[in-house]
Amino acid sequence: MAKNNELSGKREPLVRIVRRTDAGRIQSWGIRIAAVLVALVICAVLIYALVKMNPLEVYKAMFFGAFGTTRKLWITLRDTAMLLCIGIGLAPAFRMKFWNIGAEGQILVGGVATAVCMIYLKGLPEILLFACMLFLSSLAGAVWGLIPAWFKAHFGTNETLFTLMMNYVAISITSFCVSKWENPYGSNSVGIINPGTKEGWLPDLFGQQYLINVLMVAALVVLMYIYMERTKHGYELAVVGDSENTARYAGIDVKKVIIRTMLLSGALCGFSGFLAVSGASHTISTGTAGGRGFTAIIVAWLAKFNTFTMALIALLLVFLDKGAVEIASKFNLNDYASQIITGILLFFILGSEFFINYRLVFAHKEKHAVQAEGKEA
Amino acid sequence: MTGIITLIQAAIVFGTVIMLGATGEILAEKSGSLNLGVPGIMYIGGISGLVGVFFYERGNADPNGFACLVIAMSCAIAASFLAGLLYSFLTITLRANQNVTGLTLTIFGSGIANFIGGSLNKLAGGVGQISVAATSKVFKTSLPGVSDMGAIGKLLFSYGFMVYLAVILAIVVQWYIFKSRSGLALRAVGENPGTADAAGINVTKYKYLATSIGAAISGLGGLYYVMDYTKGTWANDGTIEALGWLALALVIFATWKPANTIWGSYLFGILYWMYFYIGGLTRSSQELFKMLPYIVTILVLIFVSTKRRRESQPPAALGLSYFREER
Repeated sequence: MAKNNELSGKREPLVRIVRRTDAGRIQSWGIRIAAVLVALVICAVLIYALVKMNPLEVYKAMFFGAFGTTRKLWITLRDTAMLLCIGIGLAPAFRMKFWNIGAEGQILVGGVATAVCMIYLKGLPEILLFACMLFLSSLAGAVWGLIPAWFKAHFGTNETLFTLMMNYVAISITSFCVSKWENPYGSNSVGIINPGTKEGWLPDLFGQQYLINVLMVAALVVLMYIYMERTKHGYELAVVGDSENTARYAGIDVKKVIIRTMLLSGALCGFSGFLAVSGASHTISTGTAGGRGFTAIIVAWLAKFNTFTMALIALLLVFLDKGAVEIASKFNLNDYASQIITGILLFFILGSEFFINYRLVFAHKEKHAVQAEGKEA
Repeated sequence: MTGIITLIQAAIVFGTVIMLGATGEILAEKSGSLNLGVPGIMYIGGISGLVGVFFYERGNADPNGFACLVIAMSCAIAASFLAGLLYSFLTITLRANQNVTGLTLTIFGSGIANFIGGSLNKLAGGVGQISVAATSKVFKTSLPGVSDMGAIGKLLFSYGFMVYLAVILAIVVQWYIFKSRSGLALRAVGENPGTADAAGINVTKYKYLATSIGAAISGLGGLYYVMDYTKGTWANDGTIEALGWLALALVIFATWKPANTIWGSYLFGILYWMYFYIGGLTRSSQELFKMLPYIVTILVLIFVSTKRRRESQPPAALGLSYFREER
């Protein structure tokens, strides 16, 4: 190869990129962790430039913001569970390479369905009420996922853009409901639903308000792992994701798999809406999803759809968020600092994947290698 | 009659924001980059223009209109170009997933913009206090004597210069993509980078330039929003993000042809503001009207995919990263 280049008179590029498959688990995690560390250092420098606070103190304060008190710890856990739940919902869709960026909308319609039950069905026996809420919120999310999936399966309609548009339809429906249920009048918000009776609120477990959220999502982590790794459905959707043609040759009904997977994905996002309304805020607004539908995509993608890894990434992102909010309030900055930090961190993790999948080959080193080979021969 | 005129005027001002966003995005998508960071880029364009003139106007008792204009435009263009460059580096050189990178850019851009915007507001003395009146005036200046020109004159000439700049940019980009030789190469890159590469086209260069210049154009949409639409103020209300997604919708609606964004954006504007001019709507039903542009986009998306007309399909390699050794 070196000879060819000499003949053509072209200089070999200084650096060449070669695909690699030899990065082991330890090495790839090493690269990812290094990327996170570099990102944290850069964030620390940035924060130092803004508030002139010792970077170590900054991370200490962030740690306090996320885990400092029992209440803070539980709120961090609750939000991690919520983000993770959306990620679990998105994982099968993304494994299938179905770009469901409509989680925001699926969460919102799930939340609206939950609120409908809490407002109109109060008075039902508690078990029945929760059954309705669970069923309707999942159904609403599933329908929101089914519409783009059906068109994708039958006409190949671009799902990235379709699901994105569905978000805004859901936001409009939510604003419609918010102004219908407005309480008190003129506040443009629904307020806490059933504040006195706490009907439709997820109950405390062992005195902990959010334990039930965490347990339900923990169960989903295990179930989804089994579904994706150990069942025929999970295998089929992975094949469809890798190559639709292969799936077709293997006799997999691709349309059916797309629709089935998106029903599941949408239903789980709808369930996240139930968690947000019944298990956390006890109200509904257009901010109920709050961008988490987008962040969860990143959670699922970075974890390569392993639900246990997703739990770690979700925790890291929520930690950064809570930590940055703590710093912001301490220094009278605004909360958006957390989005900047999250963005920087994600850029680095995304960029680090390159070093796991590719190797840089420097021209002069390669020449030596070629010469060495020649000598041996 | 005056109702219709004000509706169209509102629609044109609204449409200009998303027209700029969509024109830039089409340029990027034609090279195969599905840049979901458009909302973030528009945020970055808007805030950097605002920051530039904010400090200029603060330092000068009598700010020069032309200088304001140059500072705002160059800050917005430079910053959004850089944002596009960041996206390009991650997706083209490091081959990161485009959708995830784009979404991250949106999170990052809206974070930076709202953080700085909020801080500037504080610096200027409270919520909504930041104001760059001199610059905003330049951006809003329309032709003199418009008020005497009657309905047609008002419809055509009552806007700031960026309304016309947006139309010109859309036409220029349309011409570039479909009529110039370099545009042909760009389309080849977006349809099949392997073939383009074999034909001697520098795929990396085209993708980088189209994505970054596209980002700069989208960023101008953010600047127009800040300077003209909200009259040189800043509010952390997430409107730019919503408009950014609408710009992405407009790209589909226009079937990847910048010239279509001109009427498409005005139509979106009319759909968006229509609720305001239809009598007898309650506030809740107004909310339902606001989903119209999105519903229309969904219908277009479905229509385009069922018809399968070749000239209205997305670029074939949209969203994929190109690696020469995997041809």
